[in-house]
Formats: sequence, structure tokens, C-alpha cells
Amino acid sequence: MVTTLPSVDVVTVGVGWTGGIVAAECSKAGLKVVGLERGQKRGTEDYLNVHDEYRYAIRYDLMQNLSKETVSFRNNSKMRALPMRQLGSFLLGEGLGGSGTHWNGMSYRFLPYDFQIKTLTDERYGPNKLGPDYLLQDWALTYDELEPYFDKFEKTAGISGDEKNPFAGKRSNPFPTPPMKMTPMLEQFEKAAKNLKLSPYMVPSANVSEVYKNPDGETINACQYCGFCERFGCEYGAKSSAEITVVPTALKTGNFDLRFNSNVVEILKQGNKVTGVKYVDTISGEEFIQPANVVVLTSYVFNNAKLLMLSNIGQKYDPATGKGTLGRNYCYQILPGAAGFFDEQYNTFMGAGSLGMTVDDYNGDNFDHSELDFIHGGNIALTQTGTRPIGSNPTPPDTPTWGPEFKKQSIHYYTRSFGIGAQGASMPHKDNYLSLDTVYKDAYGLPLMQLTYNFTDQDRALHKFISARAADIMKEMGAKTIVPSAEITDYNIVPYQTTHNTGGTVMSSTPENGVVNNYLQHWDVENLFAVSAGNFPHNSGYNPTGTLGALAYRCAEGIINYSKSGGSLV
Amino acid sequence: MSTDNNVSRRDFLKTTGIAAGTLVGGGLIGGLVGYNMNGKGTSTLDHGNGTTNEATGAPKAKMFFMNDRDFRVLSNATERIFPEDDLGPGAIGLDVPYFIDHQLAGQYGSNSKEYMHGPFAEGSPTQGYQSRLTRAEIFKQGVQKIEAEAQSRFKKGFSDLEGKQMDEILTAFQKGEVQMSGVTSAFFFALLRAATLEGAYADPMYGGNRNMDGWRMKGFPGHQMAFITQIEDPKFQKIEPNPLGNH
Repeated sequence: MVTTLPSVDVVTVGVGWTGGIVAAECSKAGLKVVGLERGQKRGTEDYLNVHDEYRYAIRYDLMQNLSKETVSFRNNSKMRALPMRQLGSFLLGEGLGGSGTHWNGMSYRFLPYDFQIKTLTDERYGPNKLGPDYLLQDWALTYDELEPYFDKFEKTAGISGDEKNPFAGKRSNPFPTPPMKMTPMLEQFEKAAKNLKLSPYMVPSANVSEVYKNPDGETINACQYCGFCERFGCEYGAKSSAEITVVPTALKTGNFDLRFNSNVVEILKQGNKVTGVKYVDTISGEEFIQPANVVVLTSYVFNNAKLLMLSNIGQKYDPATGKGTLGRNYCYQILPGAAGFFDEQYNTFMGAGSLGMTVDDYNGDNFDHSELDFIHGGNIALTQTGTRPIGSNPTPPDTPTWGPEFKKQSIHYYTRSFGIGAQGASMPHKDNYLSLDTVYKDAYGLPLMQLTYNFTDQDRALHKFISARAADIMKEMGAKTIVPSAEITDYNIVPYQTTHNTGGTVMSSTPENGVVNNYLQHWDVENLFAVSAGNFPHNSGYNPTGTLGALAYRCAEGIINYSKSGGSLV
Repeated sequence: MSTDNNVSRRDFLKTTGIAAGTLVGGGLIGGLVGYNMNGKGTSTLDHGNGTTNEATGAPKAKMFFMNDRDFRVLSNATERIFPEDDLGPGAIGLDVPYFIDHQLAGQYGSNSKEYMHGPFAEGSPTQGYQSRLTRAEIFKQGVQKIEAEAQSRFKKGFSDLEGKQMDEILTAFQKGEVQMSGVTSAFFFALLRAATLEGAYADPMYGGNRNMDGWRMKGFPGHQMAFITQIEDPKFQKIEPNPLGNH
């Protein structure tokens, strides 16, 4: 039996950064909001014993329990898709704050080039730079149009940074807090980068450099550089996340009803509008219908796309015909880089998730690609995130992977090696997409999201080029042994790479080219919004959360406007 | 990076005087209690480790393995992967076998957070773990296969072999050359290697990393509240490790 609950103005599916931002803005504007979070309540008090590498970094205690739901995967459509049985390549979040709880906190703005990538690439290199298999498209708004929302997100999260990046888009305000501390490793990187005529700057950080009170009155504490950020929650409340900022802001209004263990299984639709969502209480097993004037999908990339597909909203992408937009433009990131082995000993175990220096000289279109067989690039960074002993066992080339020599070398180099890494941009390709699996089901009997993805020639060329640039910096830093990343072949879902999955529900200027408009409002259903990194038509050479946060503020404004006037917002 | 052990690492064994034969048998496990990395005598309580009485360590009992033979095979295999040397204890001295035993008895062993629904198919290596077996089932079978391989190659139990004979068998597992059911021997070896490192370096509350000597060898200070006053210092900071139990 399904219980139908009283109707509300807005219901969000998921309460992480995007759901929290939408909830905070809408509830401040007087709308009644229900937030449905399928995971548990959690907050700073739950992270007091978080310095436990095994539990959190190795056994993924804060992440999605795959026994309930996972994705299936294949490299191409000729292969049989099989379930991702263990977490590996990316770490899906679950619980209040979502993956924004266990992020490192690097908070960039995508480049102006990203938002007009098709136009600017065609202008500079002609219309056939990559060929017709790559589904390059402009975003539905420009950097300048998104700038006020970037500003808003950075103020909410208290982002720490400097303004030394000559390639950055124009800012209306400086960073809310000063950059993080400089360390010997970072100084060495800065010097080497400058010697190579590059332009180093501090990674914009949500590990906040000093105690900060945001415009909503929420306090974020100062980072203690304990070295436990990524895969962990912060026991100091010093890493900005939804549960210490926008969620308490929303709750204070009295207009926000936050429900845990509430897993949405369907978006309910009648005619051209949605009427609410159906969800399962994962503790009692009871089913509920939550009617709402506006439904906002605010879960991760995969789940936003999955719910639209399950609810038959929008046209699913068909790679054979190129028709349909839902599931199209799935992108990831590639990770070029170089490892360096030194004689000197460094305090590698100290750090913070976003403590680092980076250069954008080889990111976006900041360098000439005329003679190169790829576009875009990646930021190249040295980060001091705090290495831990189970996860970090670096050995020079030709060291055995076990036994006495392995032990000796991995212990020696634990504090005498580090990597310079880039986040390589990922371009949409016609063969990379999301769809519903036809065999495997989740705990609620619904099909798993199916991922069909492989690296492209663009990726391989970019990876090789950027790895060589990272090795140049490593050489200038004086490493004794330098090991550029091996060239990439096929995407493998086993080793951890990055939790920067994008696409599937992309934004577009016209209904033909995407799922949502530039307010993240669904093209076909005016009272349905979907906001996630799924809205990115391609993935840039940066961490996505800064840009995602900006889109969430844009979305919230759209919902508030829609609630007053109705109709399409564009 | 090479994927197998070569002659040079056997040379290393010889030159460091680690006689593989001394690693035989369950009795020696107890014999390594109190081993101190600096060779300066018995460990004491002055590290501020509040987790256990270091004279006895965590109670040594098995939650998962049912007989001593299997447990000794596991112990000796982990010791070959992470051996005692002049830096400090190996897997046995760090109680890694007990760590693995305890993990196999719990969520890790029963794959309670993994997607374990069929249909099962082998798939491509890029698709990862596709076994119908849990880690507990893989370890149980794997350890017995190691023993069977020792019998078939050398007509002896694994725990009675010379070190280099053990390495030969483990290398065959690593290369996927040993026939296992429902899983490859390469996958089992990768699991065994990973679990050995986890046991060497996880917080001592899990039963391995005895006396925090894994951390001490590596220069990792364990649970520390903050490095804000040290992070800018150009000097390497030697910090006595601290377990979560002292939090």
C-alpha cells in the first residue's frame, strides 16, 4: 500500500551540495521544501573518529553500499555489460552531504572557453578539429552569465584562494578567504613552474584557511592540515560541505523537512507536468507518494539520469541513430601525470585535501593546439593531500610488487616521493553514454544504470602530451627518478581514478541538444528540474564541484522564479 | 614496474641474512612477540599505546580459520609478501594473519557491501571482480590451493618449504598459473597482497600493525589531531605514532 502525503512546493531527490543549495534558497524564499535523502543523517559529530584509513579510505565506509545498487559497465556496445561489484574507479556517495562529504574540497571555476567550447574551437581550428564522432556543444550559458552564481557558491563555502591565475575568468569579488599555507613541497613546485615560465597559483580550497562565517550565518572552521580529507568527513567542520552550510541554513527557516532513508524510485507524471515522486522508506519498507509543485533531481549523475529513464521522461539517446539526448555526452576525466622519487624526505603524511599549487598553462585553450591532435588539456598540480600508509606504497620502476625489496623501497619512498598530476578534460563521444541495464536490478527491482564508456583517441593524445609536461615540471623540481604515467589504452573500472563523472542530462540552448535549459529546467516538463554534473556537456580539466555549485544556485533561482510565474524560464 | 619476483630479490634475501626457513611454523609467531624495530630489546608501554597490553598483544585466537595448518599457510604467505628485515617486523610479527582472519569473519569476508547478484560471467579484466565467491570463500580455497600446490610441487606442506620454494608458488598464483574454481589465482593473490598491507598498516584496533610498528617503520604518525604548526617546516618531522584508541 502506498501512502500519499500532503503536497509541498518543492521536493528534492537527494540532499548533498545541490539538494542542499536548492533547499536553502527555496526555503529562504518561503517555499515549503521536502528533501528526500536515501542515506543516513550525519554531521561533524559523526566524524570524530575519522582518522581511520582502513575503515574510510580502503573499505569506503561513507560511500554507497553496492549491495543495494550499483551500475553496470562495458567498454563498448558489443560487450556484455556486467555490474560494478566493488567500488573502484569512482566512489559514489550516500547519506547527507553525498559525495560532497568525502570530497577533497578543490573548488575551481571552469574556464570561459569551456562554456563556448564548440564555437571557440571551431573559430580557432576550423570545424573539423576532432571530427564528427565527438559531440561537442556549447553550454547553455557563458562564463559571464554564470559568474554571479560562482561568486555565490564560493561565498557560501568560504573558498580559500589567491587571484594569481592569469587564465581565470573575470571575478566580481576576491576569494572569501586567503589561500592555504605554503609548504616546502609546494614552494619547490612553484619555483620549478616559474623557471619553466608557467603561472602557478594555489588550488582554490574548501578546506577553509581561517574561521569564516558565510552570508547565511553558518560558520566554517579553520583547516588543521590533518591529512584526512578525501574519503573522510571533517571532524573540525573545516571542510565545506552541505551538512555544515546549506542544510542547517535550510532547516533554520522552518520550511525544510529533511527525511532520511528515503529512496526515490519514480518521478510521477501526469500530462505535461510531474506531480511528485514515489519513494521507499528503506528501514520500514513502506512506500510513499510525496506530491509537489516542483520536483528537483539533486542526486548524483547516474541516479538523476536513471530516474528520468525509469520514469520515461525525455528521449533516450540511441548511439545507432544519434537521436535522443537522455544519457548522451557521458564524460569522465583522464589522469596524466608523473611520479618523482627524491633523496630528500618530505612530510607527505601532512596535508589537506585541497592543499596544492597548480598551473593552467596547459588547460583549456590556453595553449595552441594547431599542431596537436586533441583539444583542451588539464590543470597540472602538485597537491599535498596527506598520504597514508595502506594506500601509498610508491616504488621506483622495476621494483617487485612484494617481498623484501618491495617492503624496503615502499617504506623508503613513502616520504620521498610524490606525483604531479593533471585532470585531463574529457570530450563527449557518440559511443560513450548511459542507458538502462536489461539484466541486472537494484534492491528495489529496478534496472541498474548501464555505463558504456571507453577512452577516446582524443583522451590518449591529451594524456601523452600532458604527462610529458608534468614530467618537465618534475624534472625542474630535481627528482632523482621521474616516471611519467604509462599511456592509456582502455578504460578500466577497477582502479580508483576520479569521482568526476559528468553528462547524461546535459544543458543546452535548444530542446534538440539537451535535457534541460540553462536554469536546469527540463525541456519537456516545466515543473521538473535536474541539477548535477550530468548537466555538463563535456568535462573540463578541473574538479567539477565549483561549477556544479554555481549551477545549483542558478537552478534554485529558476525554481523560485518558476514558482511565481510558471512556464518555461527561457 | 615488474609483476613478478626476480633473482635480485632472492639475492637480497641472502645478503640480508633472512633465512627463509626460520619463518616456518605457528610457534614462531608467538616467538616474534615484542620484537622491536631498533633491536634495542623488548617493547615497552612508553609509546602511549592504550590499545592493548604489549606484553601479550591482542588475544591471539582465530575467528575464521578452523585449523592451524590453513592459518600457518596464510601466515607464511603473508610473511613472504611483507617479510621481517632490518627495518622491522614482517607480517607475522605485525599480527597480520590475525588481522586477515578477523576481517574474513566479518563484513569484508562476506562481501556485505558488494553487489553479489547473478548472473555471473567472467567478463573482461576492465570490468573487474565478477566472481560469485565472497572473499572468505576465496581465501579459504586459495589457502588450501597453496597447500595443495606445495604438495604437488615439493611433496611437502607449504609451511615446511624453503623461502624460495614458497616464493615460487606465490609467484605462480600471482601470474594466474594455478587453477582455482570460480576465481583466478591472480585475483586471490592480489587480494592476499592487499590484505597483507592493510594488516601491516591499519590502526592497531583491527588486530594487526602490532605495537604500531608498521607505522613506525614507515614514518606515519597515525592519528594526530593537527599539523597546522608543522606543515610549513622544511624539516622532516619524526612523530611518535598515536592510535585512534588514544583519541
